[in-house]
Amino acid sequence: MIIKGKAHKFGDNISTDLIAPGRYFHLRNNLPELAKHTLEDANPGFIKKVKSGDFIVAGKNFGMGSSREHAPAIIKLCGVKAILAKSFARIFFRNAINIGLPVLECETEKIARGDELEIDLAKGIIKNRKKGLELIFHPLPKVMVNILRDGGLVEHIRKHGGFKL
Amino acid sequence: MGKTISEKIITSRLGREVTAGNIVIVPVDLCMVQDGTGPLAIKQLRKLKRGGALSGPGRAVDCGIFAPEKTIIFLDHAVPPPRKELSNVQRELRDFARETKVNLSEIGEGISHQRLVESFVNPGDIVIGADSHTCTSGALAAFATGMGSTDVAVVMATGKTWLRVPLTFLINVEGKFPQGVYAKDLILYIIGMLGADGATYRALEFAGEAVEKMSLSGRFTLCNMAVEAGAKAGLVASDGLTRAYLKERDREKRYKEIKADKDAKYERVFEIDASKLEPMLACPETPDNVKPISQIKAKNIRIDQVFIGTCTNGRIEDLRLVAEILKGRRCAPGTRLIIAPASRQVYLQAVKEGILEILVGAGATILSPGCGPCVGLQGGILADNEKCLSTANRNFKGRMGNPNSQIYLSSPATAAWTAVKGKISDPREIM
Repeated sequence: MIIKGKAHKFGDNISTDLIAPGRYFHLRNNLPELAKHTLEDANPGFIKKVKSGDFIVAGKNFGMGSSREHAPAIIKLCGVKAILAKSFARIFFRNAINIGLPVLECETEKIARGDELEIDLAKGIIKNRKKGLELIFHPLPKVMVNILRDGGLVEHIRKHGGFKL
Repeated sequence: MGKTISEKIITSRLGREVTAGNIVIVPVDLCMVQDGTGPLAIKQLRKLKRGGALSGPGRAVDCGIFAPEKTIIFLDHAVPPPRKELSNVQRELRDFARETKVNLSEIGEGISHQRLVESFVNPGDIVIGADSHTCTSGALAAFATGMGSTDVAVVMATGKTWLRVPLTFLINVEGKFPQGVYAKDLILYIIGMLGADGATYRALEFAGEAVEKMSLSGRFTLCNMAVEAGAKAGLVASDGLTRAYLKERDREKRYKEIKADKDAKYERVFEIDASKLEPMLACPETPDNVKPISQIKAKNIRIDQVFIGTCTNGRIEDLRLVAEILKGRRCAPGTRLIIAPASRQVYLQAVKEGILEILVGAGATILSPGCGPCVGLQGGILADNEKCLSTANRNFKGRMGNPNSQIYLSSPATAAWTAVKGKISDPREIM
């Protein structure tokens, strides 16, 4: 499956507090409202700039901090189709896969804000045709590939009756 | 080949040999959600159950909980709730607990991680919680880790989860702590050394003379912040002090000795001499931006608010220390002091020991046990450009409810003495 979109750049250590600030705790049961504040402390106005099909491209340790699954959920709700980062915090990484949001570990330095990217999820390749750039992302463990392919953990469990390693 | 504590626990619960790197499906002994992560878990659980795909004989099929007695809902974040949206969420969680017969820890009972070690977790358990600081329970030699709502919903429904058996970093701490230096200073030092992602996917095992002599309260503080270095779990071997802790809570029978083999294979080993440490501070805006107080003191950083509490440092041992420092003193003019005991048990003990009288007398505002200020929810949200010194575990931008404020992290002793002085101060000045 190939997905295409534009890159929105972020730095290192983007915490879940930056993605889904605690001051909007009361909106957690109302994800569309919470999504209006996605990443607002890291990049004010992100929500106005992001378009369905775009990508988030970041440095290391994306999603550090709390276990709040609302963080990847509102990123997905904004229309973001994948997050590319040098590395991810463990809980965020699991959460994103569990809700069917691809999280790809790769060298992101060469990607600039606004770059148009093409991602081949099956082959593990990210391309930027204009710059002639081709990046390879680290493969996921098989269990995560299966969860992602089934569309998320709930769908995975419903389909197989349990985890398929 | 020798095993680490994580390998031992997972091997024992699975009944077959595992080593780091294996991906396994494990039975879960305890799972939990709190009022911030519970509603989404229940939503996912209902999706899982639609069509009855997972119903089975002898289980609470209608509600879909695999083992209600091993499932706990903690109302600890918005306590008592400051908004109707949060009140409604808590009502939903109460209704769910009643219908499904899962355990409910009501508002005022305390923070999940403190309640777990007080009343639920035993050595050798596998604990999965929809809260990142679930790793606190590792101090009881349990394999405890945080996950998201969907993962925990699957545990609630099936009693199992998948995980990769982690590689382990051994943190060996020898020597004696100097006066005024505590477990919190040690873990801040370790996080500064490893970095906020230095232990991602790894387990941290804390060992050595300084850890063996450390109270359980200190060990909880160490394991609590393992996640601040990215770790999956923080663990301490069980020993006589663990047994005594369980005995005081009528769980001595559940004691098991769990320790790493002498020839266990560690990915990395770090040696730390506790006697060389000094009070540490995590400066804004990440917990790994750690500096010794000797480098900070001269800057005369004025503090508007001191917050003492949380799953990191809201235990009775912490409050005793704070009371010792505050006795006969008052907070500096212009510096507010907010204190939240980590649980009702801690609160009651503080009442019995006369600690509350000292704290309130010194000018502290006491909050009900819970997470409020630490997560920017209520009970101490900072004004623009204010600075807070907190005993919590995180100082990310916006963490305490205002992205235009700054948070420093320290031990309770540094926090208490800072409240008296009105600026970041070294507790060794009065020891």
